[in-house]
Amino acid sequence: MSNLVEIRWHARGGQGAKTASTLLAEAALSAGKYVQGFPEYGPERMGAPILAFNRIGDEPITIHSNVENPDVVMVLDPSLIGPVNVAEGLKEGGVIVVNTNLEPEAVRQKLGVSGNYTVATVDASGIAVATIGRDIPNTPMIGALLKLREFLPFESFMERMRIDLERKFQGRQAIVEGNLNAMRRAYQEVKQA
Amino acid sequence: MTLKGYKDLPEGGVITEKGNSALYKTGEWRSMRPNYYPEGCVHCLICWVFCPDSAIKVENGKMLGIDYDHCKGCGICARECPRKEKALQMVKE
Amino acid sequence: MALEIKQVAMTGNEAVANAIKQINPDVIAAYPITPQTDIVQFYSTFVANGLVDTQMVTVESEHSAISATIGASAAGARAMTATSSQGLALMHELLHIASGFRLPIAMPVVNRAVSAPINIHCDHSDTMAALTTGWIQIYGENAQEAYDNMIQAVKIAEDPRVKLPVMVCYDGFITSHAVENLVLLPDEKVKEFVGEYKPTHELFDFDSPVTFGPLVLPDYFSEIKAQQAEAMLAAKEVILEVAKEFEKMSGRKYGYFEGYKLEDAERVIVVMSSTAGTAKAVVNELRAQGEKVGLLKPRVIRPFPAEEYVKALSGAKVVGVMDRAETFSTQGGQLFTELRAAFYEAPERPLMRNYIFGLGGRDTTTAEIRKVFEQLKQDQERGSVDRKVTHLDVRV
Repeated sequence: MSNLVEIRWHARGGQGAKTASTLLAEAALSAGKYVQGFPEYGPERMGAPILAFNRIGDEPITIHSNVENPDVVMVLDPSLIGPVNVAEGLKEGGVIVVNTNLEPEAVRQKLGVSGNYTVATVDASGIAVATIGRDIPNTPMIGALLKLREFLPFESFMERMRIDLERKFQGRQAIVEGNLNAMRRAYQEVKQA
Repeated sequence: MTLKGYKDLPEGGVITEKGNSALYKTGEWRSMRPNYYPEGCVHCLICWVFCPDSAIKVENGKMLGIDYDHCKGCGICARECPRKEKALQMVKE
Repeated sequence: MALEIKQVAMTGNEAVANAIKQINPDVIAAYPITPQTDIVQFYSTFVANGLVDTQMVTVESEHSAISATIGASAAGARAMTATSSQGLALMHELLHIASGFRLPIAMPVVNRAVSAPINIHCDHSDTMAALTTGWIQIYGENAQEAYDNMIQAVKIAEDPRVKLPVMVCYDGFITSHAVENLVLLPDEKVKEFVGEYKPTHELFDFDSPVTFGPLVLPDYFSEIKAQQAEAMLAAKEVILEVAKEFEKMSGRKYGYFEGYKLEDAERVIVVMSSTAGTAKAVVNELRAQGEKVGLLKPRVIRPFPAEEYVKALSGAKVVGVMDRAETFSTQGGQLFTELRAAFYEAPERPLMRNYIFGLGGRDTTTAEIRKVFEQLKQDQERGSVDRKVTHLDVRV
């Protein structure tokens, strides 16, 4: 299972973390991977902190517990840093991607934990508002992820995403294009340190 | 009577013969019996309408008597008989 | 690595809804309960889009859902419903009626804890409480197995030697709501596999009418129950036949259980459903370190294939049985007590201990499984178990 990538999503209810984990799983499967995508269900309400998870690898995945030692942590809402220990269990050499307009160094200080990991930032909310017209930062965060972890070739992944999004938003082509543009921009604009 | 073993019974306790309740002789339960006096009977068949066990024998619109194999002796027929001089009267078995 | 077969990404519930779509039953009674709701929700869209011929009946409770299913099945229809937790508990009296009438109803049960305290997450207390209702119970580890079991369940239930209802069980949320890879069979193959339903007796056969549910007194009641027990015994054989036929069609192998690296294993964990997958990862890890560990994942527990389980575990020195439900007997979980009883006549008995785990959705990680294997190792070295029944993940 050397190629297994484990991802933990931190978000607030309504920001689309569950959808992001599902979309990522579906698109990764289309690219020939073995996948899992699942949220941690609870009494979540709009705005409450929630978790979602992905496992993506080249071999069948049998582990069915939550991800405890992620390779990648995706933070959809920077206000979670502090109330939630988003870096918990992060693997050596792992990466934390945060939706914020701050620089990676500033976020690293806010996280206040040391260790050998990468901090990356991208203004996913700003990009989402500009491209989709609403603050739904989940798809641009996937774009940023693809830049940081090249487990899937970007262009073919985008082709798969187009198919999945077109199925999801039948007839609403502007939303599909908005999401794809958001991913492309986040892929280009993500900063790491 | 020899009872059937489990291999010879229909599955699930399902009854597969139609109308087989006639085979069960409920007449044995009787402590009182209705006696039929045809001379007072006008064949109105009210007894036949009320009998809960279909134990009034009728042919061509005429009351013929009681099916004592199935009559439980409830007495409804005698109670409902509209004649002043009852054509059905309950007596001890 | 390119995958050879066309894989799809689906949740367990979506996969099972698709299996039912391919089976295309005559009647479905639908009532929502978390985490089962998705199944009937997906199915209602299949009905609305004209993809199936099913008559869908929305009812006002699970008691009504299984009642409507029993009525439809007795009338001669292939009928189904699905449930979880309190829903299964509310169905309880009717569960006995479905099996007592010998109605081959295949019903997904998405395992969820039974209240109180109220909880929506996975454990097996719902189906464990239904073990004595005369239903066959089959458990699956993941979405693929849930899908495959659903299709096989119809054929097992409807076999003339069986004619018993079947619960197709899989873990709430962990399996029901997680997206994973799986392979769907072509519609035509499933249709051909399950064939046309031929009821033994049907209320709607007006040429030879029958009575379902007459009063049966002490002179015949035992005989009717003996028939059910014999059908359960016949199911043992049929389950393997159906599995063989399924393997021919799909290439996927099924039996009473899955043995994972059991051959020379000295320390074995017995655990059902999704946790078995997590245990496989730990077995691989420990095997790589030279540890002789293995896993037995029960799939069928009603009927209970005792001899086969004993045979599969006969080489083990220590067995840790993991039950995802309490029995409150103080003597361990259901799986543990039944497996232990199965070893009564065995010439050689491994040490056995029990873990109650994962109640109300408590996450069971590789760390917990590792802890169990460590304790089994200590037991083996000591030559005795230090504690017969342990709550694995309870804070003290």
